[in-house]
Amino acid sequence: MKFTEEHEWLRVEGDLVIVGITEHASEQLGDVVFVELPAIGRAVTKDDEVVVIESVKAASDILAPLDGEIVEVNEVLADEPGKVNEDPMGDAWFFKIKPADMAQLDDYMDEAAYQKYIG
Amino acid sequence: MSDLRVTPLNALHRELGAKMVPFAGYDMPVQYPAGVMKEHLHCRARAGLFDVSHMGQVILRAPGGYPEVARAMEALVPVDLVGLGEMRQRYGFFTNAAGGILDDLMLANRGDHMFVVVNAACKAEDGAHMRAALPGVAVEEITDRALLALQGPAAEAVLAALVPGVAAMRFMDVGIFASDFGELWISRSGYTGEDGYEISVSEAQAEPLARALLSNEAVQPIGLGARDSLRLEAGLCLYGHDIDTATTPVEASLSWAIQKVRRSGGDRAGGFPGAARILEELRNGAARLRVGLRPEGRAPMRDGTPLFAAETGGAAVGHVTSGGFGPTIEAPMSMGYVPRDLATTGTELFGEVRGKRLPLRVVKLPFTPANFKR
Repeated sequence: MKFTEEHEWLRVEGDLVIVGITEHASEQLGDVVFVELPAIGRAVTKDDEVVVIESVKAASDILAPLDGEIVEVNEVLADEPGKVNEDPMGDAWFFKIKPADMAQLDDYMDEAAYQKYIG
Repeated sequence: MSDLRVTPLNALHRELGAKMVPFAGYDMPVQYPAGVMKEHLHCRARAGLFDVSHMGQVILRAPGGYPEVARAMEALVPVDLVGLGEMRQRYGFFTNAAGGILDDLMLANRGDHMFVVVNAACKAEDGAHMRAALPGVAVEEITDRALLALQGPAAEAVLAALVPGVAAMRFMDVGIFASDFGELWISRSGYTGEDGYEISVSEAQAEPLARALLSNEAVQPIGLGARDSLRLEAGLCLYGHDIDTATTPVEASLSWAIQKVRRSGGDRAGGFPGAARILEELRNGAARLRVGLRPEGRAPMRDGTPLFAAETGGAAVGHVTSGGFGPTIEAPMSMGYVPRDLATTGTELFGEVRGKRLPLRVVKLPFTPANFKR
């Protein structure tokens, strides 16, 4: 699993990458009350805003970590945004992306580096 | 950090695992480990303890006692203070010459003097304002007492176990009670829409009292995050957001706080800053009004969201002044200002969020019914 400085986790599944937010990020956000997911089939460029998360405190974005195409979204989150707090590293993944270039993953931190990053 | 002031409960907040943030110059708990949502729901279901020691407590005295202070204060506050019963409290606001609101506050008749509680962010200006405008009235800021709020349906049982006399109080009664925690100044009021109390206690006894209240299993500590969602569900204004120097009490839908005796035709009509405008608006209505707004989707519409009369085209007709998610109503909720002809309950409007105009409806306030012991 890889981690971004924006507190996303990336897990490779065949030729897709599953994207979610870390436990640390979900704690910092507070209770999530609204999730807006991207359209399936959307072509994205790294750092595009693809997901909006609203917590009881504020709105924040998830950026596309890679160039590619959104191929699946976790519709459950639209109805049950609280899952982001309950299981951020598991059931509450946001989307699956088909990357244009898997090598982009190499730019990101491994778990040890991420743990050090969040201190 | 070094510039931030602390309340007498600062160490307790940290011990309880609070996340601390700067608020109105104070280091305050925004939430505890339970989080905003659970804290909010707990307060509506049982009882929540809030540290509101950052708010200003002020005693006003004059040789003629409460009646003299009340007459003087009526020159600053468009509320019937002369007619306020002994050991009763009333909500009011300081107005400016343009009819805007300088601060909102609670005012109590404590027999031989007046006791007021003002907002933390405004307390220095309020003190200066009263000193300048109330010759003959001694203005004493109380800086050696904390202020706690205990709110929720279990509040009466919890506090009465320590101070039996509070059970007999009605909404907006005030009392001075001897207790194991020294003299307590208690009002049956709050800012959550729930029954409950605000308790002024000496600095030294604040932590022992807070611990005694928290030792009751019905009580959880509540941070500023849930305090905000609770007051918004209750339809209550936050100074600096929903009301400020550019909003009049009539625009703010606070006309209920201006009693007949201070209105045109009343025995003590006018005589407060901005009276010409405020009395005119009371007679003929204001051009715009604060209303409750319910977004139809799940997306919250927060402070600053522009409001439109139509899904496309046209200029903004107003904006949201408070908005978020209501844990009790399990839906987003907002308040904002709209022109009078768009302020009717049921009117459909559109709020622009991230470039998209999303529907919302004007609704009656509060979002959750008040639970006061009248």
